[in-house]
Amino acid sequence: MYVAVKGGERAIDAAHAWLAEERRGDRGLAALSVAQIRAQLTLAVNRVMAEGSLYDPDLAALAIKQARGDLIEAVFLIRAYRTTLPRFGASIPVDTARMAVIRRVSATFKDLPGGQILGPTFDYTHRLLNFALMAEGDSPLGQAEQERPSQTPPAHIPHVMEFLNRDDLIETEASSDASPPDLTRAPMELPATRALRLQALARADEGFVLSIAYSTQRGYGRTHAFVGELRIGMVAVQMHIPELGFAIDIGEVELTECETVNQFQGSKTIPPQFTRGYGLVFGQSERKAISMSLCDRALRWRELGEDNIGAPAQDEEFVLMHADNVQATGFLEHIKLPHYVDFQSELELIRRLRSEAIAAREAAE
Amino acid sequence: MPHPPETTARAAWMGQLARAKPDRLRALFPDLPPHEVLRPAEIGTVMVQGRAGGTGAPFNLGEMTVTRCALRLTTGELGYGHVQGRDKDHATRAAILDALLQTDQFSALQAAVLAPLAAEEAAARATRAARAAATKVEFFTLVRGEDQ
Repeated sequence: MYVAVKGGERAIDAAHAWLAEERRGDRGLAALSVAQIRAQLTLAVNRVMAEGSLYDPDLAALAIKQARGDLIEAVFLIRAYRTTLPRFGASIPVDTARMAVIRRVSATFKDLPGGQILGPTFDYTHRLLNFALMAEGDSPLGQAEQERPSQTPPAHIPHVMEFLNRDDLIETEASSDASPPDLTRAPMELPATRALRLQALARADEGFVLSIAYSTQRGYGRTHAFVGELRIGMVAVQMHIPELGFAIDIGEVELTECETVNQFQGSKTIPPQFTRGYGLVFGQSERKAISMSLCDRALRWRELGEDNIGAPAQDEEFVLMHADNVQATGFLEHIKLPHYVDFQSELELIRRLRSEAIAAREAAE
Repeated sequence: MPHPPETTARAAWMGQLARAKPDRLRALFPDLPPHEVLRPAEIGTVMVQGRAGGTGAPFNLGEMTVTRCALRLTTGELGYGHVQGRDKDHATRAAILDALLQTDQFSALQAAVLAPLAAEEAAARATRAARAAATKVEFFTLVRGEDQ
């Protein structure tokens, strides 16, 4: 059956023109600049960089503006832009032990070398709307800006896990220089390696990862997680340059890292020791980093010889294949686009089935 | 494998130039000498890797934008620029400075460009570290009855 598929062009043009006007909003108000979004909506920018899987605050801010604040649409724009760029290579794995820490807390050790550094956190705020922010004008400079403390923190703040590691109380991470798989270059193959799972989780939708992590806390694949350490700060990115024959700093990125300490019963070969979950995310995104480390740990049930109780968080295919919000949005939203031909065949089928059923019933009566 | 001192010095200045704010670098070193472009400034990405557990096997965390450029001065020195972001002028300027720093202009450029960049970077890091230190928790323990 023939279905008209042309004729929408003028309507689409008009819709896009209106979209641009709606994006601009009330012309009586100053237009929001990309620089303002980058500087003042930093956590939105961070989320778009993390899930867009591209660290570039200017582009993330532009994408947020273009997407009218729809962060998943902004992530989509960043992913699409990324595909237009050549890949120069891979960095040397970042050394998070050398992070310039602005926040570092541990829920497992109170007095740890380097101390508990709260940083710019929402924790301990009362979650009361601050109407002063609604009034015009700048907020006053913070107290720390006015009174600088004389103490300077150490340049190198050791990871908390090192302390547990010394007594073999926690599993060691086997270091390697194996080239990790890249799901942006090759389709995801299951069962996945931990490296592939970590890549998928790092770019996964924050809400999805949060929900899966929460489900493990409520008993669906419980792993008894403590936050051994959560740290945020800038980390240098180094890359080996073949023409030069040595590695150089090419820049620095802000990262949030979470290491969890989890219970483990031990096995025939391994005496009981703590196990680990790991989260690493672009920008300041501690909800995402903690969620990622819980999901990472839950997905390790097989290698740790734990029972699969059928919890969603243990189901690698379920978690990894549904965690990407661009893939999910693409498939979900495509059903609103024209399916006239498909639907026409469904319509003809249901008409035929109904007439057959009605005819059969009348024959029986 | 340890590198010879000149390589270490070059890696250090290339890193300093890469981390510089493009506008600041332009202000410190505004005029570009004549040069032959070997690889025009090009925007691309580098895959940033992390390690499982911070120290374990590498994994791909996500990409970052990088601009690179290669050129040759009329005096023959090769210069390379690899800088974060999408600023072609930044990459070109970094590559020219990389080449010039290999010549007898090293001391002059060290004083005029690298030293101010290093000082400003150190000051910014110290400010941020001090603000972080101001949020460090100083625990105090209350004495309980049975301990007295």
